[in-house]
Amino acid sequence: MSKVEEKLFENRYRVDEGRPHIAIISADVCEGKCTAKQCTYCCPAACYALENGKVVLTTDGCLECGTCRVICDDHFNIEWSYPRGGFGILYKFG
Amino acid sequence: MAEKFDAIVIGAGPSGNAAALVMARAGMKVLQLERGEYPGSKNVQGAILYAEALEQIIPNCRRQAPLERPIIEQRMWVLDDESYVGSNYRGTKKKDEPPTRYTVIRANIDRWMSKKATDAGVLLICEATVLDLIKLDGKVVGVRTDRLGGDILAEVVVLADGVNSLIATKAGLRPTIKAADVALAVKEMHFLPKEVIEQRFNIANDEGVVIELFGKITKGMMGTGFLYTNRESIALGIGCMADDFKKGGVTPYDLLDAMKAHPAIKPLIAGSEVKEYAAHLIPEGGYKAIPQVHGDGWVIVGDSGGFVNAVHREGSNLAMTSGRLAAETILKLKEEGKPFTAQHLARYRAALEDSFVMKDLKKYRNMPEIFHANPQFFTTYPELLNRAAATILKVDGIDKKTKEKEIAGEFVKRRSRLGLLGDAIKLVRSFR
Ligand SMILES: Cc1cc2nc3c(=O)[nH]c(=O)nc-3n(C[C@H](O)[C@H](O)[C@H](O)COP(=O)(O)OP(=O)(O)OC[C@H]3O[C@@H](n4cnc5c(N)ncnc54)[C@H](O)[C@@H]3O)c2cc1C
Ligand code: SF4
Ligand code: SF4
Repeated sequence: MSKVEEKLFENRYRVDEGRPHIAIISADVCEGKCTAKQCTYCCPAACYALENGKVVLTTDGCLECGTCRVICDDHFNIEWSYPRGGFGILYKFG
Repeated sequence: MAEKFDAIVIGAGPSGNAAALVMARAGMKVLQLERGEYPGSKNVQGAILYAEALEQIIPNCRRQAPLERPIIEQRMWVLDDESYVGSNYRGTKKKDEPPTRYTVIRANIDRWMSKKATDAGVLLICEATVLDLIKLDGKVVGVRTDRLGGDILAEVVVLADGVNSLIATKAGLRPTIKAADVALAVKEMHFLPKEVIEQRFNIANDEGVVIELFGKITKGMMGTGFLYTNRESIALGIGCMADDFKKGGVTPYDLLDAMKAHPAIKPLIAGSEVKEYAAHLIPEGGYKAIPQVHGDGWVIVGDSGGFVNAVHREGSNLAMTSGRLAAETILKLKEEGKPFTAQHLARYRAALEDSFVMKDLKKYRNMPEIFHANPQFFTTYPELLNRAAATILKVDGIDKKTKEKEIAGEFVKRRSRLGLLGDAIKLVRSFR
């Protein structure tokens, strides 16, 4: 387990299987136009991973902070919304 | 649900709970919608609760609220890579009676405050994400959710949905928040036996300590760290501006782990069990980033309106106060039989201007820009200060005057005379 996975492991989630609440609009923009790919190092839950030049998004560990939405401001290539009511992160302490 | 309410409140954080409670207590028919399983399940705070703001809404709150520890000691540390220079204030519980600051666990506070609201008659529906506002002739008249079928209508809608402010943005009531105006904070909860905490921090059973952390821990980014003592846990976190994170260099979790490994911090959390890792944005753009907060049929309260005083780490109190002021404005208009038009709801903005919320934000309006543009305040100065302290304290046979000269020389070398003067002016201007 990576360090961030270990951290997320302590959290409670109710994952909305098959219904990710965040989506990359155009994979081509990520791969071809976005040089920094800042989502891959700004997300506090490491939901964006770089795999063979492609950006892969997995929202299961998402903390719903909104960082990726605000830092993808060169290409505005993220469609961001909250999970359906009751799903997602469930903070015990906050 | 084709029912019509007097008011709909979106969100059950401190701002929404304050607004809902104040309106319901005066007899209004209030619907509150929260996307989390329970109030607090989506929310993150340090957390320091400022009791006075809550007292204005729930009298005698100190006796009822789930508080952790009243703060009797404030430590401020300016950190270099391995050392820190600090200042302390230590009082007693008696001296500062009644305490105005307490550590709290956010999920507990939100649930408790929400219970007060539902007891007062608020209809709270959880696990309902509001998707859109409904507008009629430019006026907001209700909301649409993902859970309750159909439109829900109300005379006025209070947007208390937090920093991302998605609903107002989607409805075109405000622009999207910018990376330069928000900080990303990450936080962990470290559990330790109560006695261990009290020993390590030199406190008694009902006393708490705050440590504010500033300097090289943020790796040149504009930001700060914090460490708060709860009853049986230590809350520890660090936050930096999102656009600084964007520049790259370090991930949020590595930044947090590096802070935890600092020689001054590591022993304080040694042996603890981490039970949660959280991340949340904080609106830190200050006065200049505040959007329009009222219009026909709607008001914005709390983080959604950007009401956070980053300099003093105050947010929940501004949230509660803005929620209360919005509710009081709505009640007054109702009493006078006036419609909730932009023109009439402007009284809410005026009430904010008249309160500490806007007065404090105005006072520090230049701060975000100045600190943002001058990373030396987060790197060079902490380093120089630590080196100066080390030089002065080292008893090595060199006379004190030579040491003073050496320290002054270091400052000039690193920042130049003009640079030092400029920094001093900037610092003064940011606090003015
Ligand atoms: C790490 C950190 C430390 C902090 N420390 C302090 C501190 O020590 N002291 C202090 O006073 N302040 C602190 N703050 C700031 C404080 O937490 C906020 O200012 C405060 O929580 C704002 O309250 P709010 O009610 O406006 O928003 P929030 O608390 O964010 O509440 C918004 C609510 O709306 C709900 N919601 C959002 N969208 C929807 C939707 N579409 N439909 C339904 N529900 C929705 C959310 O689930 C949430 O419950 C800190 C913040 C952070 C991140
Ligand atoms: S920052 Fe935006 S555009 Fe760039 S890689 Fe990430 S999602 Fe794609
Ligand atoms: S919302 Fe936050 S945690 Fe979720 S994917 Fe975006 S940056 Fe990561």
